[in-house]
Amino acid sequence: MSADPRLAALVDRADRLYRDYRLSSVRDWKARTGGLAVGYMPIYVPRELLHAQGVLPVGLMGGRDDLEIIKGDAYYQSYICHIPRSTIELGLNGSLDCLDGMLFPAICDVIRNLSGMWQMLFPGMLVRYLDVPQNFDRDLGGRFYRDDLEQLARDLAARGAAPLDADALRHSISLYNEDRRLVRELYALRGRAPWKVPTHELYMVLRAALVLPVEESTALFRTYLELVTHDDTRKPLDQARVLLTGSFCEQPSIGLIRTLERAGCYIVDDDFVQIHRFIQSDIPVDGDPVENLVVAFLTDAMASPTRYVETGVKGDDLIRRAEEGGAEGILFCAASFCDPALLDQPMLVKAVERRGFPWTAFKFSENSGQFQVIREQAGTFADSIKLWSGA
Amino acid sequence: MTTRQTATPVDVQKDASQVRQKAMIARHFDRLAAAPDTGEKTVYTFVPGNLTELLLSFDILPVLPEINALQSAMRGKSAEYISVAEKLGHSEDVCTYVKSDIGMLKSGNIGPTGQRLPNPDVLLLSYTGCFTFMKWFELLREEYDCPVAMLHVPYQADGRVTESMRRYVVDQLRQKVIPVLEQATGRAYDEDRLRECLARSAEAEDDLVWVLQSARHTPSPIDAYFGAVYYVGPIFSSFRGTPDAVAYYRELRAEIAERIRLGQGPVTPDGDLETERFRIVVEGPPNWTSFRQFWKMFVDEGAVAVASTYAKVGGVYDTGFRHDPSHPLESLADYCLGCYTNLSLPSRIDLLTRYVKEYSADGFLINSVKSCNSFSAGQLHILREVEARSGRPGGFIESDLVDPRYFSAANIKNRLESYFQMLEQKRPGGAA
Ligand code: SF4
Ligand code: SF4
Repeated sequence: MSADPRLAALVDRADRLYRDYRLSSVRDWKARTGGLAVGYMPIYVPRELLHAQGVLPVGLMGGRDDLEIIKGDAYYQSYICHIPRSTIELGLNGSLDCLDGMLFPAICDVIRNLSGMWQMLFPGMLVRYLDVPQNFDRDLGGRFYRDDLEQLARDLAARGAAPLDADALRHSISLYNEDRRLVRELYALRGRAPWKVPTHELYMVLRAALVLPVEESTALFRTYLELVTHDDTRKPLDQARVLLTGSFCEQPSIGLIRTLERAGCYIVDDDFVQIHRFIQSDIPVDGDPVENLVVAFLTDAMASPTRYVETGVKGDDLIRRAEEGGAEGILFCAASFCDPALLDQPMLVKAVERRGFPWTAFKFSENSGQFQVIREQAGTFADSIKLWSGA
Repeated sequence: MTTRQTATPVDVQKDASQVRQKAMIARHFDRLAAAPDTGEKTVYTFVPGNLTELLLSFDILPVLPEINALQSAMRGKSAEYISVAEKLGHSEDVCTYVKSDIGMLKSGNIGPTGQRLPNPDVLLLSYTGCFTFMKWFELLREEYDCPVAMLHVPYQADGRVTESMRRYVVDQLRQKVIPVLEQATGRAYDEDRLRECLARSAEAEDDLVWVLQSARHTPSPIDAYFGAVYYVGPIFSSFRGTPDAVAYYRELRAEIAERIRLGQGPVTPDGDLETERFRIVVEGPPNWTSFRQFWKMFVDEGAVAVASTYAKVGGVYDTGFRHDPSHPLESLADYCLGCYTNLSLPSRIDLLTRYVKEYSADGFLINSVKSCNSFSAGQLHILREVEARSGRPGGFIESDLVDPRYFSAANIKNRLESYFQMLEQKRPGGAA
């Protein structure tokens, strides 16, 4: 049996969307609809709200090793992670000039300060720092976050977006629910049969979806799920099942992901492109839809180094994911100089060791194309897992 | 060619305010060391956004981990502590305050005075102006079995405090922080007592602002970066709201007034600076491991810091804010929201530009520390903007807070010398 050619075509399209720094699909959408497009940085923004106002949310995750940084380096010292400099580069070289606004969620001081730089460098854009709460009580953090969202809706409307309408928001929530459900299915399928959903491929599909309207991203996910489910040409290999954590903001290159896979790892869970999974289950459609978004953020978001753990034990969530996903080992894979990931890591390592999971750690930069050391490290790690699990 | 300046070594007689501050600190650490016996309650909390008056009203003693970290550096201990933390798996990339603190804790928790610090009865995480604080407290929480109160202070991204931000902080104070303090101390919240403390804070703040603004004089009677580290000590740490702090700032103000009357420059580690050659505004925290050596590089060139943003990390008072006893919790909220690292980048640029102009500075200098993304991310942009707006040349050096591996004395000295040379050449009538 040979592979369905539609799968290769879909992956090829995803790859092109992922590599298109100039966001042609967004430009086309704007030309078609006349709507506003607003970029957002990792990890989470309430895309439903933007969609309900007719705005296209566009996920940005920095650059890759093929982006030449000409101006961006002049803005950052060597000891700051790479994603802000590639983002500035893309802003200054005109790649992002189709965007009418940018949202900077509160995940770390680098993104926070970048929001201020953006205000000054691109004065024509709507620039908002989305200060998500670290208090998760509905009448405290919830109330604050609701104010934040309502202000965002007003700001968008002032720029020409449709005013926020409850029914439109309910409809948008239902569309994103379906979008996220499909991603959950893809993750579940990869957990069961990782050979069917290679991570480098899934990753490309997730990245491509960031620049598409939800209606199209849902179609992309659905088709991809269908095609990989029925592709019997992909056969299992003797690989170690690992959970990869720490890459929630700056992303490793596809080359690095492939390297890990070739070194003998099946990545059965990861932190990539978390926007598709950050809210973990369906958001209710009935009732007050803004409040539903607020409550989902407060109570149903993924554990993240960028979120305060108010109750419970640090690392519990990672362990749960590892156990549910059948991971045999943990790869800590953080961007160099990523404060949230690296400050979190010792606590997570402790949790992982308590539970007896083998682990290894390395750092990357989005622009790095050299993986020799990581290949050897991951290869040794995978071999040791296979050795022990077979013992 | 620059001419080397020498401060006149005097038979260094400590000012009364210095003696008073030293005694205040010693008493505080004695009380902390004795706390396990006396039963006094202690809280670990941070400098920016500290709630000292509220803590005082509960008679609970603060321990400030950043202060311990910088003191460890000044005592030459931080390298060892950082190494302990890195061996335990803490990344070389992250804030060295955190690692120095964790290393100190793992090495017996001996504080700056050589006495053991007590374990906390409460961890009060005021998340103001720096994301790392949150992680730091998650790390500390794993070490201590005590209640944690978390206060999330929103960021002034658009350069202003909104009603929603203020209400969020006040409601957290009421519903999250105060109940934990009540529970830990067994005392009820006493708003009258809090008001008394806040009134004392405002009094001391008036005097502090007067002292900081005294640098508008030529010559400046103070160094507003290196010297200011000592001046802001009491108000940034455990003493704001105490009668001791009021007395300290009154005394300090009188001493500075006298220096102005006598036309004296600032006190430096080598005595009084005789000739003020350069007036500089400084952005960014100092290096602590080579603090005196670093300061001396300025003194040697006759450079005086006339304003600094570091002297605002524990509160920005010179733009008008004062703690206000008539609105106790709202005023605490405004204080937390207004700390320097909680200001947007455009607001920081505005403030620096203002300083350059108002303090008649010849230039401004950024000390970019590797540890601190809150301060450092965006500083190269700040450099260009402040240069463009103020018309004064900016300098840029890199070091770290408490990790001696990142203080390259020769390199920094070279850069400073070239910078001051450039300032000299740009002076009206200077060599072009
Ligand atoms: S990679 Fe880490 S430190 Fe850098 S912007 Fe992202 S979250 Fe912040
Ligand atoms: S990152 Fe900066 S503000 Fe935060 S704890 Fe470290 S030195 Fe302080």
